[in-house]
Amino acid sequence: MSGVSVTKAAEDAAPEANDLVVLSNVNKHFGALHVLQDIDLTIARGEVVVVIGPSGSGKSTLCRTINRLETVDSGAISIDGKPLPQEGKELARLRADVGMVFQSFNLFAHKTVLENVMLGQIKVRKADKKAAEEKARTLLDRVGVGVQADKYPAQLSGGQQQRVAIARALAMDPKVMLFDEPTSALDPEMINEVLEVMQQLARDGMTMIVVTHEMGFARSAANRVVFMADGKIVEEATPDQFFSNPRSDRAKDFLSKILHH
Amino acid sequence: MNVLLDNFPAFRDGFIGTVSITAVSSLIALVLGVAVAGFRVSPVPPLRYFGTAWVTLMRNTPLTLLFLIFFFVVPEILFPGMSPFVLGSLALGFYTSSFVCEAVRSGINTVPLGQAEAARSIGMTFAQTLQLVVLPQATRTVVPPLSSIFIALTKNSAIAGAFSNAELFGWQKLMSDKGYDIVPVFIWVAIGYLIITFTISGLFRLLERRMEVAR
Ligand SMILES: Nc1ncnc2c1ncn2[C@@H]1O[C@H](COP(=O)(O)OP(=O)(O)OP(=O)(O)O)[C@@H](O)[C@H]1O
Ligand SMILES: [Mg+2]
Repeated sequence: MSGVSVTKAAEDAAPEANDLVVLSNVNKHFGALHVLQDIDLTIARGEVVVVIGPSGSGKSTLCRTINRLETVDSGAISIDGKPLPQEGKELARLRADVGMVFQSFNLFAHKTVLENVMLGQIKVRKADKKAAEEKARTLLDRVGVGVQADKYPAQLSGGQQQRVAIARALAMDPKVMLFDEPTSALDPEMINEVLEVMQQLARDGMTMIVVTHEMGFARSAANRVVFMADGKIVEEATPDQFFSNPRSDRAKDFLSKILHH
Repeated sequence: MNVLLDNFPAFRDGFIGTVSITAVSSLIALVLGVAVAGFRVSPVPPLRYFGTAWVTLMRNTPLTLLFLIFFFVVPEILFPGMSPFVLGSLALGFYTSSFVCEAVRSGINTVPLGQAEAARSIGMTFAQTLQLVVLPQATRTVVPPLSSIFIALTKNSAIAGAFSNAELFGWQKLMSDKGYDIVPVFIWVAIGYLIITFTISGLFRLLERRMEVAR
């Protein structure tokens, strides 16, 4: 239990310098499909936002536009005051500041766990090998997979792989971490070990955007829940408000479905 | 009497000629092929167009025609005074690079998209993503087709003989002009080629086995 109900009281008066990720009027199409419709979303430094919503509502796409794995058709996205640049070296540099954790882990299959966590430090941050290894080992210990350092990803359980993926992202010292359904490819008994790592991260003050249906996590770690449906942000509220007393019909309907499972 | 023993120095020169052209044009084909494959999957449209054009042009031009262009057109308008060896290696290397490119590209396509996305998400550039994450994982699927491509290259090097290069197949012509019985001549030439192609497939099999052991 930490900072559970830090409501965004000063919603519109939020000082600009404290805004880390700002999406304004973002639109995106996949062909005829309008996946993101006029998205306005501001995430403050240190804030933990959970994005929730039915399948196909555009949650993954939203995450992916924030580090420009997907381009947007219109609107602006800025990170720490800087607008996302065009594809190229500068974008690469900015991406290093935005950690991303995927549903399917995506650890580099031809590298050991340790190398996975060292690679970005050495090639992107230009850290020297020794420092990179030291930091990698510290991070791997922190997520509880230190003893697996010399194994290949395929030799690890899903939960362990996902924790390595978190360590790999953290190794870049990101300003914000994006999680796209980090536990939905995991067997139930492994979900908690990953959520615990994420909870610890939230307690340490990391800015996080988390797409998840794990209500326990949302209630214990999130400052805000963003509910998406059909490419729009339908509702924003504190976790307690959202789960016990959703305002929109869309959210009520959605919650009744996931709660009955 | 014995066509090989009587003419061994010429045979040796021909063998060395074939090995040299094969080696040099393989190197050219490999480097160019990988680079053009990179172009073909690059996010930069002009590079992609260039890659597609290169493959289409090189792969669909008959090799003999390519040799003719390299020997009679290129020296006229571009670089006069290049040796037949260089011209032949370039023609053969460029031609083969289109096949190498396509083999590498199909290898790239077997690597799950998530690998490249993960690499980009930690801030790697396109070139780094390709070099450090995608290509190493593509290698395993690319090696077997490359073996066939380089064997085909070895045999294609015979065309260079028609363009004043000393190589194995040229030795055959020399011998039949001298009036030797053509059957043993062909057998020796075939053995010469077999030595080279067996060496290539052996090397590649070794490479494949080593990649299986790793990981
Ligand atoms: N690359 C793509 N090309 C075309 N359509 C796409 C692409 N990616 C996603 N879509 C479509 O866009 C819509 C939103 O997809 P998105 O993955 O963002 O949804 P989501 O909310 O993450 O859903 P889920 O809960 O299933 O992960 C879906 O209808 C999907 O089919
Ligand atoms: Mg999704």
